[in-house]
Amino acid sequence: MAKQTKPVVDRRNFLKGAAAGAAALAAAPAAVAAKSAEPRRAVPPPMSPAAEAEVPSGAEVLTADRTGSDFMVDVIKSLGFEYVCANPGSSFRGIHESIINYGGNKSPEFITCCHEESSVAMAHGYYKVESKPLAVLAHGTVGVQHAAMAIYNAYCDRVPVYVILGNIIDVTKRAPGVEWFHSVQDAAAIVRDFTKWDDLPISLEHFAESAARAYRVAMTPPTLPVVLVADGDLQETPIPSDSKIRPAKLTTEMPPVGDSGSVAEVARLLVAAENPVILADRTARTPAGLACLVDLAEALQCSVVDQAGRMNFPTRHPLNQSDRARAAVADADVILGLDVADFYGITHTYRDQIERTSRPGTKPNAKLLTISSDDLYIKANYQDFQRFTEVDMAIAADSEATLPSLTEAVKRLATDDRKRAFQDRGVRLNAAHLQALERSRDAAAFAWDASPISTARLCMELWGQIQNEDWSLVGATTFVSKWPQRLWNMDKHYQYIGGAGGYGIGYNAPAATGAALANRKYGRLTVNIQCDGDLMFAPGILWTAAHHKIPVLHIMHNNRAYHQEVMQVQIMADRHSRGIANCGTGTTITGPDVSYAKLAESMGMYGEGPISDPKDLGPAIKRAIEVVKRGEPALVDVVTQPR
Amino acid sequence: MRWAERRAKAHPKQRMDLTASHAGRPGRLLALFLFVFAALLFGFPVARAQQSSDAPPNGNAQNGRKLFMSDGCYECHGRQGQGAAQTGAARIGPPQLSFEGFQNYVRKPTNQMPPYTSKALPEQDLADIYAYLKSIPMPPKGKDIPLLNK
Repeated sequence: MAKQTKPVVDRRNFLKGAAAGAAALAAAPAAVAAKSAEPRRAVPPPMSPAAEAEVPSGAEVLTADRTGSDFMVDVIKSLGFEYVCANPGSSFRGIHESIINYGGNKSPEFITCCHEESSVAMAHGYYKVESKPLAVLAHGTVGVQHAAMAIYNAYCDRVPVYVILGNIIDVTKRAPGVEWFHSVQDAAAIVRDFTKWDDLPISLEHFAESAARAYRVAMTPPTLPVVLVADGDLQETPIPSDSKIRPAKLTTEMPPVGDSGSVAEVARLLVAAENPVILADRTARTPAGLACLVDLAEALQCSVVDQAGRMNFPTRHPLNQSDRARAAVADADVILGLDVADFYGITHTYRDQIERTSRPGTKPNAKLLTISSDDLYIKANYQDFQRFTEVDMAIAADSEATLPSLTEAVKRLATDDRKRAFQDRGVRLNAAHLQALERSRDAAAFAWDASPISTARLCMELWGQIQNEDWSLVGATTFVSKWPQRLWNMDKHYQYIGGAGGYGIGYNAPAATGAALANRKYGRLTVNIQCDGDLMFAPGILWTAAHHKIPVLHIMHNNRAYHQEVMQVQIMADRHSRGIANCGTGTTITGPDVSYAKLAESMGMYGEGPISDPKDLGPAIKRAIEVVKRGEPALVDVVTQPR
Repeated sequence: MRWAERRAKAHPKQRMDLTASHAGRPGRLLALFLFVFAALLFGFPVARAQQSSDAPPNGNAQNGRKLFMSDGCYECHGRQGQGAAQTGAARIGPPQLSFEGFQNYVRKPTNQMPPYTSKALPEQDLADIYAYLKSIPMPPKGKDIPLLNK
């Protein structure tokens, strides 16, 4: 990151020059007019001892009690941010200083990150535990370029991240050199395709209004990232003592709810169905969502398939059919998708051969229904919206907010006959659920004692150590075959937070750290199953956790590869009958093997491993948990099977 | 990388899948139907076919283990052929298919698995791999492993 490497006129030298220049002005009044036209002069004028000794009078003001950045911090505080994550940057130096001094470095507290991607991903993970956003500060140029991938992940995952970019709009206010490289006409342009709203306020009043608007826009489903540009000159301009400006009142956002007629029709179809299936994905936007979904499912005694974008439904609930999702979907006569990211994918099968094909995985006459806030907001360029699905009814609304009225409607329509049928169905589904659980346990038994350690064994050794704690799993389980959802007893909203959204690598470690930051005040034991390739993107997040004493336990899923890509290249090699001997080229992380325990130790974090004997894993995790319980982060490096 | 990760999302539950947990899938039912239909049509005795194809081919399990790693089978199926829900790869250690069925699937997979032609994987190598997979003992049932029942 080469942000401030221009040696000729850096900020510090410039300030020295400016102070010296002011003294020179006092000594040479005739030059005042010319000098004052150059508020950010780059080269200090020559000084005489006499000039240095004199007290300047009538020269430019060099100090101010209060500048725009103080007011911006007032605004930021009014929005209730607990933390602001940032890698420092001079384009927001005013806000930075106001946060740590004027604001007392509290609400928000400044969290030092080593990469803007980490800043945004921390905010991403934090939101999914706390259901409110963090602020992120970044340069409008090099900072947001680093942040862009993480913002895209948040966009795809429908997570509101509140990004404030520093920038200097007025060309006459930029110092030569670095500040020009770090200035841009339209700072938000680079991320506009995957943010919901942005603005460039040109006054403090404007900043106050747009800050409140940005918050409300971000938090109204579909919840999405927003960008506010904080002009550097606006940050640093003094505020008149008689100024009446104030933060704008923040109105509580009300999520869009499905209209009563459509909700009634969905309820009618669900009640009449023989095998209805509810697909949940990003349904439980808040902790209330999980309880609402349980209410609906129990009212109907119907199958629930949790796609695990969030923790939507208890894993051991008898109606949870996630481990037999395809079978449940294939047998369904009504399928209701609740904020499902890829409805087409779960209702179709797809084959990746030379000729790519897909076909419906549902009955021909199955009714397909969706409730999704995605239908309220769509952009053209990035294709996260997935393939178009021919559904019978699409309600453009937030599913969590719609669930209570839908459940009420179902209860109203359920006759005694239907209730008896529901109960019979519930008994059958409970049996299917238990059979699926038994199959998963049997599957986990294969390679149980293998070395490298199987992903099932890794997950169960972790489970064995945390099951009696108030725990929170904050890493994606996609790459460990979703063993936690299949075998753990998960029933609280914060016990799983989903994945990256956009599948951009580099998300998991910082998101887990952000989630741990949210969990800290509740005293929860935060655990994360961390892929090696993901951590290699920006390992500085380990330092951030150590520095800020964020208690999180990283269990490395160290298969020493970008393994998904090993398989992708292998597919190509097989397709060409060329053998797969070279498929490790460009895809594996070996030669040398990375010591993640030493990496953690180098960042001030407890590290242990590499562990490749499954018998050693449980005790190692236990030792690491003791560290985490003391309020510090820890990492256990586990050499694993691929998936 | 990003493109591949997007595709990865489509893979779970959509690749080669012969596990019991998805026994109700239409594709498998269709395959079973076609097999039974062919047996009836050609008077092919199903029971005898299963019995004869269970006879192990002449394979070298030790060499098969090496090939299983070097030919990349383990990438999707795991080092002991335990399979993986994330890759959609079936559990094949020990194999549930006869060698004939195993060979047919490897050569012309009907789902997501990439095809291994005889050019990339000669007949004898495949027999060795099958012998390795056959040599893998069945593990205890999940209910008999305490940690799996917590």
